[in-house]
Amino acid sequence: MRHLLSIAQLSRAEIEAILDRAESFAEVGRRDIKKVPTLRGRTVVTLFYESSTRTSSSFELAAKRLSADLVSVKAAGSSVDKGESLKDTVATLTAYEPAAIVIRHPHAGAAQLVAGWADAAVVNAGDGKHEHPSQALLDVYTLRRRLGSLEGKRIWIVGDVLHSRVARSNLIAFKAMGAELTVCGPPALIPRGLRELGCEVTHSLDDLGEADVVYALRLQRERMRESFVPSLREYAAHFQIDSRRLGPRQLLMHPGPVNRGVELSGEAIDSPQSLIAEQVASGLVVRMAILYELLAAGDEEPAPAAGNGATRPTPIGQPA
Amino acid sequence: MEMRSGESADLVLRGATVLDPAAGIEGRHDVVVREGRIAELAAPGEADATGLEEVDAEGLHAFPAFFDPHVHLRTPGQEHKEDVETGARSAAAGGYCGVLAMANTDPPVSDPADVEALLADARSTAAVRVGFLATVTRAMAGEELTEMVSLREAGAAGFSDDGLPVRGARVLRRALQYQRLCGGTIALHEEDPELSGEGVMHEGPVSAALGLAGVPSISESTTIARDAAIAGYEGGRIHVQHLSAVESVEAVRAAKAAGVAISCEASPHHLCLTDEAVRSLDPRRFKMNPPLRSEADRLALIEGLLDGTIDCVATDHAPHAAEEKEVPYEEAAMGVTGLETAFAALHTRLVLPGTIGLDLLVEKLGSGADPFGVERSSLAPGSEANIALCDLSARWTVGEEGYESRSSNSWCDGEELTGRVLMTLAGGQVAYRLRSFSLGVAS
Repeated sequence: MRHLLSIAQLSRAEIEAILDRAESFAEVGRRDIKKVPTLRGRTVVTLFYESSTRTSSSFELAAKRLSADLVSVKAAGSSVDKGESLKDTVATLTAYEPAAIVIRHPHAGAAQLVAGWADAAVVNAGDGKHEHPSQALLDVYTLRRRLGSLEGKRIWIVGDVLHSRVARSNLIAFKAMGAELTVCGPPALIPRGLRELGCEVTHSLDDLGEADVVYALRLQRERMRESFVPSLREYAAHFQIDSRRLGPRQLLMHPGPVNRGVELSGEAIDSPQSLIAEQVASGLVVRMAILYELLAAGDEEPAPAAGNGATRPTPIGQPA
Repeated sequence: MEMRSGESADLVLRGATVLDPAAGIEGRHDVVVREGRIAELAAPGEADATGLEEVDAEGLHAFPAFFDPHVHLRTPGQEHKEDVETGARSAAAGGYCGVLAMANTDPPVSDPADVEALLADARSTAAVRVGFLATVTRAMAGEELTEMVSLREAGAAGFSDDGLPVRGARVLRRALQYQRLCGGTIALHEEDPELSGEGVMHEGPVSAALGLAGVPSISESTTIARDAAIAGYEGGRIHVQHLSAVESVEAVRAAKAAGVAISCEASPHHLCLTDEAVRSLDPRRFKMNPPLRSEADRLALIEGLLDGTIDCVATDHAPHAAEEKEVPYEEAAMGVTGLETAFAALHTRLVLPGTIGLDLLVEKLGSGADPFGVERSSLAPGSEANIALCDLSARWTVGEEGYESRSSNSWCDGEELTGRVLMTLAGGQVAYRLRSFSLGVAS
């Protein structure tokens, strides 16, 4: 794997391999010293053009746990504020010879563009409403730990699919793992033509009981202004996942951050079926596995970096 | 329309396969051009070449040179993308003898003095005839009419707010009323911004997969239906630009059946590509407005060409600088260039597979003159020499040798095409020769 730009680039076996790797990093996480030397002397750049808590912090911590040097750039407060183009920003950061660039950007295809400009491995940490492959991997990881396999499992994705990169990547990943997908939300928030991606589409929660897993999406409050929803109350009345609608055998997931009382009720979030906290924990080990796969998988087993000699130059004396 | 005046062509295209469907000419001839006019179509090898440059056209095709009623020459204000000289050169390289430039420049062409200045520019720099449309509304703001009569007197070839729709029904109605005084076809970019919103590509399964905001087909067709009704009521003459959707073809067909004075065009990229191309997320080649639509839409456009609903092919040649396209898809400027590849692309993708005939292609590349009252080029003896000399079997890679246009955002960039313009005569002058096309001189 050269880059991770889209979940669609990965086969089921490749997804499994990354998740197996994540399992081994989970073991590392239980040690007193949670760090491995795999990426020692190599540089990881995180470049975030959008605000993020979970994704940025887990990628940064993942890079540190692998002993990489980390440069983290946020658009706000950087030269992006001064009108620098994405291409020029990438050219600047490339001068540090990073091994990997992790990018989040408000527009589709940004990570793909960066991959064309930089020599580094590029990780798409969310591009517009297009894809969020590391989220999909951590969600499959979380479910696999709980269910063993996703084969034949019924997963409902509920909410604002139109504006959700998580929905798109997860649809692809869950299907690749053998699950059956249903997407549910008001027609204004379900993109036209979505069925052709291979999922059922419904506009009612009436049959939610058939789901093994309910994956709720965040409803941004500003959607009201563009008349995608008439009111949050109207939305919640018909599409909120609450303890009345969620059965005791069903698992509940959400990519965060949650709008409590909108797409999920408070008691659903805090219920024992909720995997939301586990998703966050999975994020760290899965992102360690992604960086490992991209930067070290070609190296000699087991993990330590530069095992097979001097094929990769180790940058020296770079600014941190 | 104006062009640079220069030396009149005196040459003979020896043994060319001549095809001019409108004039009913088809067959092998020596095409004799004297003092910029077609003097004679002689039997192959028979023409007296005394004093003429002799061009070996054995195996080559001579067509009436093409006319494009929809290009963007970016002058004034955006000369870093294109100007009148480079745009006209690009047209000549594509086999065109005339183009009409849109008025959505910076500032837009809304004053008679602007039109006069542009025509003067064309008179000194353009290798082919260039006409300039003026805007329908002042500064394209969609509110107040321009001085249409004065603009026509200054030489405006017609009117268009292209780039934007004429949003208000009232202002369009007023423009059609003034059209009775001054003539000048009104060319319409049909789009309802209420429906197209923030859309950047066709709304359908591909936009659903990519998470890009979609432009529904009805954004175009509902506006066409409205404008056709207004034109019918006022007895006005409208030309619908860049049709993209099946519903739009139906709307124009219905308006024609109802007797409205309406014509329309389709672009090579809409005739050849679908929204599947957007999966690449490459805005340089595949982002434009209206967007590339579905295969059903593409087939409806071809059907419209075949049954005459679509009157002509127009490139919507829209040059953009590299930095305006080297950004994520949603942020990129809309538009692709097309003058240098229109014939080759349509020949490769529609004629060679047998979808349309070569005669229909030649016809539709020339008929864009009609809606604007411009005389079509003809190969009939006595006509001014406007000729596109093409090698239908030449295979070439687009962009490999650069472009005549100042910009390189060709939707065909990097594609191998079959069929190439080797030489163009425009307004009786040699406007273009492919560098590698060597010429023999009469002994």
